[in-house]
Amino acid sequence: MAASIRALRFFSDCTRNIYHVSRCRIKHVCCRAGITGCRGYSDSTEGRSTHFGFQTVPEEEKAEKVYKVFESVAEKYDVMNDAMSLGIHRLWKDTLLHIMNPQPGLRLLDTAGGTGDISFRFLEYTHSMYDRQQRLRAKSRQTPSWQDITEHYASDDAGPTQSRAVVCDINKEMLKVGKQKAETAGITTGLSWVAGDAEELPFDDDQFDIYTIAFGIRNVTHIEQALQEALRVLKPGGRFMCLEFSKVTNPLLARLYDTYSFQMIPVLGEVIAGDWKSYQYLVESIRKFPDQETFKEMIEDAGFLSVQYFNLTGGIVAIHSGFKL
Amino acid sequence: MMCGLPGYFRRILKTSRGYYCLRSFGVLTGQQYTSSGSHQYDGRLYPSHIPTSPVQKAILAVGSGVAALKNPYRHDMVAVLGETTGHQALIRLRDQMRNDSEGCTILVERPRIRLSTLDLTQMSALPDGTLGREYLRFLEENRVTPDSRADVKFVDNEELAYVMQRYREVHDLLHTLLGMPTNMLGEVAVKWFEAAQTGLPMCVLGATLGPLRLSVSRLQLLVQSLGPWALRSGSCARCVLSVFYERRWDQNLVELRHQLNIEPAPVNLFPSSKKTSSNS
Repeated sequence: MAASIRALRFFSDCTRNIYHVSRCRIKHVCCRAGITGCRGYSDSTEGRSTHFGFQTVPEEEKAEKVYKVFESVAEKYDVMNDAMSLGIHRLWKDTLLHIMNPQPGLRLLDTAGGTGDISFRFLEYTHSMYDRQQRLRAKSRQTPSWQDITEHYASDDAGPTQSRAVVCDINKEMLKVGKQKAETAGITTGLSWVAGDAEELPFDDDQFDIYTIAFGIRNVTHIEQALQEALRVLKPGGRFMCLEFSKVTNPLLARLYDTYSFQMIPVLGEVIAGDWKSYQYLVESIRKFPDQETFKEMIEDAGFLSVQYFNLTGGIVAIHSGFKL
Repeated sequence: MMCGLPGYFRRILKTSRGYYCLRSFGVLTGQQYTSSGSHQYDGRLYPSHIPTSPVQKAILAVGSGVAALKNPYRHDMVAVLGETTGHQALIRLRDQMRNDSEGCTILVERPRIRLSTLDLTQMSALPDGTLGREYLRFLEENRVTPDSRADVKFVDNEELAYVMQRYREVHDLLHTLLGMPTNMLGEVAVKWFEAAQTGLPMCVLGATLGPLRLSVSRLQLLVQSLGPWALRSGSCARCVLSVFYERRWDQNLVELRHQLNIEPAPVNLFPSSKKTSSNS
């Protein structure tokens, strides 16, 4: 199935974007089908190997390795996030929602959504905003006329104003954990779970009002491809938002952050999740991700406009935002 | 190589080519890590090695201790605790092995007890009462496998890492040698024996805290007969790591115990009388 998807992508890329053909998609099709003769193509071209943390690995292997990392950490993912960031990741995610300021009735695509943190917050935010709007409306209608009351009934059904969130993640274990969380929290309506690759989203064009990817884009093998897909699935006027670890500018904070990352985080990973190597990958992959300005340029290259970024906690994380116009 | 804390922090700030956490800092500062004789595994001393600083080892020791106490089924935490606290004991064990001719052979040949290295058909064909047959019976009855032992990760010396690995792999054989089952009482008895023999802090901790989970009657049994026997045998016995078990599968178990100076267990803890004795 992977081979056919790759073949399909090859053909759609050909018609849409010649640039991607030059990145040797042909080789991907051949190699996925296991034809070893094609390896001759690979020797001198770049884009054949990529980074996995500080290691260099062939591109095809990176996705698999990343999959294995998240498969093994899925159960303890949330606990580890709290332990590693001392709970601050919750503030980062809350800030993302505040900057997003979604109105009720919008459709969100939460890519690399995994355990659903952003989607839950989105639904909570829009529901509370909806309730607030209802209350304000009710206050201003102290002595309603019959006309007002009928209008009120008509507009009160959940349909048109319901916000919907789609959590998309390549890793089924993470989705499983997310679904269990949703059940425990009692969130049933307005949430769907889809397994899909950020480089090749299983959605039609112009579907979503908001696209978010929180702490996921650095794990994608071809970031430009993910940005292209984001542009494709957003409606015109839609917003792209990315929450990701970034470069710390203050040198003292940078030193402390590095020491903490490399000394403490793998140790926490070993003790809490029994997995040193996955968390070593995590801190290394953060170092390999481009800095705020470079990533902003990548987003602009993909076709987004009005791109800006906000640094949080001294640059440890950054929220990038762009619009499809 | 225990350096003092100020020295350690100085090393980090000076971005030196220190041994610990080099890969990460090396890339950050653009320096390539070099170390004598460890090019084979890219900075590590053996395939499963993860180099750690003294600070990291300390945090690992405390963290794994707490995790193991909270959830005794976390065998990986018990293993980490053993590795991070056992440096001195491992050195002592290795020296004991070096002073023994069979132990020396083991240190040179580095045998591993894994399902892939055991000849199961041959072992099951051995007569009852032999080490190989009884070991196989123990594995089948308790549904354990020698491959479930975690690899050593945090020991910063290749030979000591092997000694630690050997200790783990010999643990099941110890159950067979001592005639102890894998229930809580049997495990505690084996831990007391190991604590007396090896002096590993993890064994001592397990031996001290294990009895807290026993019922009163079992605790009584432990304190009155099993415990003293285990401690006595442990201190008088020959170093169990120095025995080349892989070449003694056909040796009679009773005879082996006698050779190693291990007294037979005072109590039969197995539900059916599967315990090996000369009158089986």
